[in-house]
Amino acid sequence: MQSEPTTPPKPAPTQSSFGLGHRAEVPHALSSGPGQAATPMQMAIAVRGFSSWYGDFQALKSLELDIPARHVTAFIGPSGCGKSTFLRWINRMNDTIPSARAEGTLDLHGQNLLEKSLDVVDLRRRVGMVFQKPNPFPKSIYDNVAFGPRLHKTYSRAELDELVEQSLRQASIWNEVKDRLHASALSLSGGQQQRLCIARAIAVGPEVLLMDEPCSALDPKSTLAIEELIESLADRYTIVIVTHNMQQAARVSDETAFFFEGRLIESGKTEMIFTKPRNKQTEDYVTGRFG
Amino acid sequence: MAKSRSIASRVLKDRTFLWACLIATNVAIVVLAVLLMSIFWQGWDTLSWKFVTSFASRKPSEAGILAPLMGSVWVCTICGLVALPLGVGTAIYLEEFAKRTWFTKIVQTNIMNLAGVPSIVYGILGLTAFARMFGVFGTNVDDAITLGNEEGFFFLRLPFGSSVLAGGLTLMLVILPVVIISTQEALRAVPSSLRSGALALGATPWQTVWGITLPAAIPGIMTGAILSMSRAIGESAPLLVLGGLLLVFNTPTNLMSDFAILPLQIYNWAGRPQDEFHAIAASAIIIQLCVLLLFNGIAVFIRQKLQKPLQ
Repeated sequence: MQSEPTTPPKPAPTQSSFGLGHRAEVPHALSSGPGQAATPMQMAIAVRGFSSWYGDFQALKSLELDIPARHVTAFIGPSGCGKSTFLRWINRMNDTIPSARAEGTLDLHGQNLLEKSLDVVDLRRRVGMVFQKPNPFPKSIYDNVAFGPRLHKTYSRAELDELVEQSLRQASIWNEVKDRLHASALSLSGGQQQRLCIARAIAVGPEVLLMDEPCSALDPKSTLAIEELIESLADRYTIVIVTHNMQQAARVSDETAFFFEGRLIESGKTEMIFTKPRNKQTEDYVTGRFG
Repeated sequence: MAKSRSIASRVLKDRTFLWACLIATNVAIVVLAVLLMSIFWQGWDTLSWKFVTSFASRKPSEAGILAPLMGSVWVCTICGLVALPLGVGTAIYLEEFAKRTWFTKIVQTNIMNLAGVPSIVYGILGLTAFARMFGVFGTNVDDAITLGNEEGFFFLRLPFGSSVLAGGLTLMLVILPVVIISTQEALRAVPSSLRSGALALGATPWQTVWGITLPAAIPGIMTGAILSMSRAIGESAPLLVLGGLLLVFNTPTNLMSDFAILPLQIYNWAGRPQDEFHAIAASAIIIQLCVLLLFNGIAVFIRQKLQKPLQ
């Protein structure tokens, strides 16, 4: 291909265009996160020279990317391009794969996530994750949401009730389940299960929500519900979503990053990526000419 | 060109297969029914409360099975209480924590092999390791180190001798590989997406196992436990080596008590020439089946109890 892939074709992804994010900035800072003020275009995650391997196979090559706080960033690209791998580095879920390793800088609010000494348990409290297939625990709806908070603190009954309700409300599923909180989570439909999983992730009070193709196992109606939910959550959480669905990326995200064969080809405002991509590969992909 | 198969012949094959399966199932059921009927036919008349509450005797009309009954209950309870935590713990370590190294591979292979070892070999192992303790505390019981009062409930003696503790631990060795393997299978059947879900919420590996993986695996683990306990109750060879006694005139009072067990008592009576002994052997088999059902009932009850939140 024509472009030199190691250096992303745009100068730096943090430039002026981000300031024009179409979603109004919320004035209040996030509850957690060490000493940060809610400036209009604050970066949550900074990635510099990031590479990763599975054994000898290099899955990601010298990524340079900034992910803005309290916005939705979409990762797009064909299967096997490394976008899910990268997502799983942000909460170090790749630690469960013995052959996986990474180099470079991956900072969350200035803290390098690749450090050996990093407490991954605390990191995963701060960085929640929603998986491709809804994976509610075989417990009651209530216990699914309460599972995370209970791991980290002891709550009184009333506090926990409050937290569960809040989380379910935020995940727009409270009205559907409030009368059967103690029914099995497995009795819910697929779309409801996925929103329950989002509620479960929210309940531990994360700063960042990672979503790995959260709608790919859902029907269009449930997909719409999740997409609306994502937009409503973007006021409070930094959301990173991996998706194969181009329309979905265009609908829900503020920023889009296009991955191809382990490289980050182009990133920037979603409108720009979809209407005026600077790179030929990006253009081919978003217009459906390959992938 | 492919020849089309006629519908009639396919339907015929379908029917034949169905009937073959039905016959196979029924053979097992009929054999069991015949066995049960003949046992009840022989043993029902001599079965009485007195039979359950009397000790052994040379006269069949006065003989009872209190000692072997209580011996079996003690031995199997000890066996279950030790085998379950050890087996489940080993399985959790191997499945959830251990890295795949040459060491764990050797352990895994050995567990598989141990499951196939004849139980009498475990009897010899139990005799050496538990009953005699390799002779380090002296070879005869007079030299033994004792702790506590021989009449009381807390009484320990080294070596264990042919006590209920030695018997229970020996049976534990017999069923341990089966408990480990069935627990591993149950843990493997838990979808890894549940583990990822818990880890992604910031659960430590232990919290993941205790909060998610283990509860989801409980039905499978308990099923394995039920099968193992059934085996333990019926096992006689290893305890024969250990010196499971036949003429015991008291029920176990502590872990160091002598014991008899039901299978050996049944074997002994069934081997005598007199018909009266055959009858009480059949009665003892009925009691043994009741004990088996009791233990399995407890395990099923625990399974249901723990499964409840899943439904």
